[in-house]
Amino acid sequence: MVINATSSPLSASDEGVDSDLLRELAQLIVTALNLEMDAASIDPQQPLYADGLGLDSVDILEIALVVSKRFGFQLRSDSAENQTIFSSLQSLARYISVHRTL
Amino acid sequence: MGDARQLAALLPPGQHLLNACSDRYHFAIGVAAALLSGKVCLLPPALTPEMLRRLRTFAPDVYCLSDDADLSNELPTLVFPAALEEWNCLDPVPRIDGAQQVAWIFTSGSTGAPQAHAKTWAGLVRAVRAGAVRLGLCDGRRHALVATVPAQHMFGFEVSLLMAWQSGAAFDAARPFYPADVSAALAALPEPRTLVTTPFHLRNWLDGATHLPALENIVSATAPLSQPLALRAETLCGARVFEIYGSTETGQVASRHPAHSAEWRLYDGLRLRVAAEHFWVSGGHIECPVELQDVLEPVSAERFLLHGRSADLVNIAGKRSSLGYLNYQLTAIPGVLDGAYYMPAPVTVDGVTRLMAFVVAPGLTRAELKAALLERVDPLFVPRPLFLVSALPRNENGKLTLVALQALAASCREQAAR
Repeated sequence: MVINATSSPLSASDEGVDSDLLRELAQLIVTALNLEMDAASIDPQQPLYADGLGLDSVDILEIALVVSKRFGFQLRSDSAENQTIFSSLQSLARYISVHRTL
Repeated sequence: MGDARQLAALLPPGQHLLNACSDRYHFAIGVAAALLSGKVCLLPPALTPEMLRRLRTFAPDVYCLSDDADLSNELPTLVFPAALEEWNCLDPVPRIDGAQQVAWIFTSGSTGAPQAHAKTWAGLVRAVRAGAVRLGLCDGRRHALVATVPAQHMFGFEVSLLMAWQSGAAFDAARPFYPADVSAALAALPEPRTLVTTPFHLRNWLDGATHLPALENIVSATAPLSQPLALRAETLCGARVFEIYGSTETGQVASRHPAHSAEWRLYDGLRLRVAAEHFWVSGGHIECPVELQDVLEPVSAERFLLHGRSADLVNIAGKRSSLGYLNYQLTAIPGVLDGAYYMPAPVTVDGVTRLMAFVVAPGLTRAELKAALLERVDPLFVPRPLFLVSALPRNENGKLTLVALQALAASCREQAAR
């Protein structure tokens, strides 16, 4: 599989992320993690980890599970972009849009 | 052996080694090098800045062994050598004195200061040999282990490293994360294979993986594994599912087959005693009787049922802490007038239930509080949700009763929902 290098933050391609996908993904995360917040209030560029949304490794595994079910592909740690996939909602959406099969 | 001897020669003179290697092989070589040179490994539950300060007070000569060159901490750090020389070392495996102290393993005490538990070579070896026999790892075949838990905590330290060493099994150096990682790590190894994991990781793997390699054993600990999940794992992987019961204080002391029975069986040579509604375990690898932090119901001399943790202990996805410790860390944050953690009833079986907290801190925001907590406790113990309140419902003795906390949780949730 060819993996596009998409780790540069906020390049022109960011605008290409489908806003429907962003909305759906935010809702998937809020539902999967039972977060007591409005999905629309998640800033797509806010970090998902510690000092942003405050997610941790347990949450990432939960999200990976719903993402693999909904979009039909498996996440792997040895992917070159692994460090950046979960850096924000936007980068996760971008990764999904490249790799999704559903 | 060659790698361990080379690393031992590189170790600084300090007597205490904080072994922070995330690669299990590097970690193992760190432990072996410490064994060879009579040094003691420090194994704290988390590497928060607060914990590092505590470790430095505990052992001023401490230095850190890490395989992450970018790891920033204030301790003198030895980065695990990128390439050790190929050294065809024909030294026999040395005999280690049983009384030699191998490690200090830390748990968060109930008052704020972490408690250090000394582990001798003999105590560790006896416990894991008993466990290896239970698991059938000593049947003459070459077993291979994959673990989703870190080697730095008691369960991973015992099962993924020491049990492998003592039974001649091989272990995978990685700590696979995503379901596909776990499957790939297992598929790369020869059979018979054993997966060392937790109920949460096991459920996530079974739910998420598209391919489940055949397994001989699944070993779970840190939280109760439900019978349905155990049965499902046995059916899907053809494995026997073992659950191990133990604690940092005692090491592993009992096992069960959760798919088939709720009863735990003590390891051979161990005894259980009840004294004033508290349970003590002794014999075998346990040099002095140790009080267990759980509520047990003996069924026979060697069998018992487990009825959950004592109220103060919390364990989230394999990381352990105590409410007393967390409350201490929370209220030690400048600007926090009062605060209390609360563990709600579990919402899902084999899932992860999060702690919530109530905080009286008029000048601070939620985000500031969470950032301050991250300095002090593992991210898994940052409360979710964290409620800012004007006062805690303490009674005239200053105590927070469980009933008062439950009521506060209900009213905060209701307000948040509006």
